Amino acid sequence: MTATEYLRVSDLHAFYGESHVLHGIDFTVRRGECVALLGRNGAGRTTTLRALMGLTGRRTGSIMINGREAIAMAPHRIAQLGVGYCPEERGIYASLSAEENLLLLPQVGSGGMSVAALYEMFPNLAERRHSQGTRLSGGEQQMLALARILRTGARLLLLDEISEGLAPVIVARLAEVIAELKRRDYTIVLVEQNFRFAAPLADRMFVVEHGQIAAEIAQHELAARMPYLQELLGL
Amino acid sequence: MNELFGIPLAALLGQLVLGLVNGSFYALLSLGLAIIFGMLHIINFAHGALYMMGAMLAWMALHYFGLGYWQALVLVPPLVGAFAVAVERTLLRRIYRLDPLYGLLLTFGLALVTGGAFRHAFGAGGQPYAIPPQLAGAIDLGFMFLPKYRAWVIAVSLAVCLASWYVIEKTRLGAYLRAATENPKLTQAFGINVPIMVMLTFGCGAALAALAGVLAAPTTQVSPLMSSNMIITVFAVVVIGGMGSILGAVLTGLGLGLIEGLTKVVYAEASSTVVFVVMAIVLALRPAGLFGKEK
Repeated sequence: MTATEYLRVSDLHAFYGESHVLHGIDFTVRRGECVALLGRNGAGRTTTLRALMGLTGRRTGSIMINGREAIAMAPHRIAQLGVGYCPEERGIYASLSAEENLLLLPQVGSGGMSVAALYEMFPNLAERRHSQGTRLSGGEQQMLALARILRTGARLLLLDEISEGLAPVIVARLAEVIAELKRRDYTIVLVEQNFRFAAPLADRMFVVEHGQIAAEIAQHELAARMPYLQELLGL
Repeated sequence: MNELFGIPLAALLGQLVLGLVNGSFYALLSLGLAIIFGMLHIINFAHGALYMMGAMLAWMALHYFGLGYWQALVLVPPLVGAFAVAVERTLLRRIYRLDPLYGLLLTFGLALVTGGAFRHAFGAGGQPYAIPPQLAGAIDLGFMFLPKYRAWVIAVSLAVCLASWYVIEKTRLGAYLRAATENPKLTQAFGINVPIMVMLTFGCGAALAALAGVLAAPTTQVSPLMSSNMIITVFAVVVIGGMGSILGAVLTGLGLGLIEGLTKVVYAEASSTVVFVVMAIVLALRPAGLFGKEK
């Protein structure tokens, strides 16, 4: 394992009950790199993130996070390695206010962003801080889901479909935020349906098919591989 | 004025205080049931057994070790809480993935086993437990005599309910609890040790039941059978208040105690059924309970 490697997933299999969903996922992410997992619905992208967090059923294989083996760890121990998870359904708590949602998560690393800095990055959240978390608009909820993991000091961000179902102006703002996080040396795994959102941000893209990595495409190969991606993703 | 609607005022107030005392026990027990249900999604049928254990342990502490009421009040709830933690670790933990019905069966079985074990050891007869000397006697309020022990029970249970509400609604630990109740898996994925919180929640709920048991010991006959009447009413309270609602559990507990007390004055024959009449009416009008959220 090289010094710059932050996440190494090897031969990851995952199960929901009896059904075998991931069939040997292999990929690595370097420190400060942004990668995107692309693929059709049901290919296993979301399950890959859930398996990384220990949220699926049985898992086998290896998940090295910053040099620590996480395959047998409980979810809270994995998070404490410095992993921030933003689930597809956003996971904003209805029983907590927006600010309580923001402050809920415990520290999992040093150097997390301050609440003031987060409100500067997402001004809407400052205005809505006392509203019930689920009363926020979809875009605001997505900002909140992102902001709360930036406060914890997590350095590896697993972001599941953060652009899904949002207005173009908000998607553009999220792209700016991700670009800013890349400049700040966060290591980011995006799961995205929205190819045009992910493609400019990702240093490398992995195509997931039938619970395996079918292809790896670096940013500079993108133009040459577009026909393949167009066919595969139905762009 | 010493009559209201033809009822002597002193009798009315006396019954209301007694109603509040019963309501205090209902509130403490249904509060524990509500937080356990919220976190574990288990309807804890062993709750009455834990209440009985609280009272029996208080009596045993006095009888075998010479430990009085005040020591029992401090020692017994943590002891019963620890017993509950052991039960959670060894038994309940195995059934979280299964249908909630299994939790009901398991805790019902536990209630039968503990009840049976205490009956086997101590018989079914009631044991007297004296009111501590500091709380014996009554205060003359001018318009009525208020027995000190009754005032104490009401004050303690109100304080404990208020403290529980504060912890759950206003502290960081409470925010963790609310988050874990709403979405346990995600909350754990944020780095919070949810399995430990589930265990401690069950322990705290059990400790509340045991506290109610110790508080009840001087007001009743301490016996392995003392839980049976109480627990049926408490389940009615939880159903009326709404499953899993903390505020609902406390307010409904106190309110139903008062209604029971009033019924004893107005039409004593109905006092043991009035709670269930209220339950039937509430379920007909609001199936999720007074404070419950419709699913």
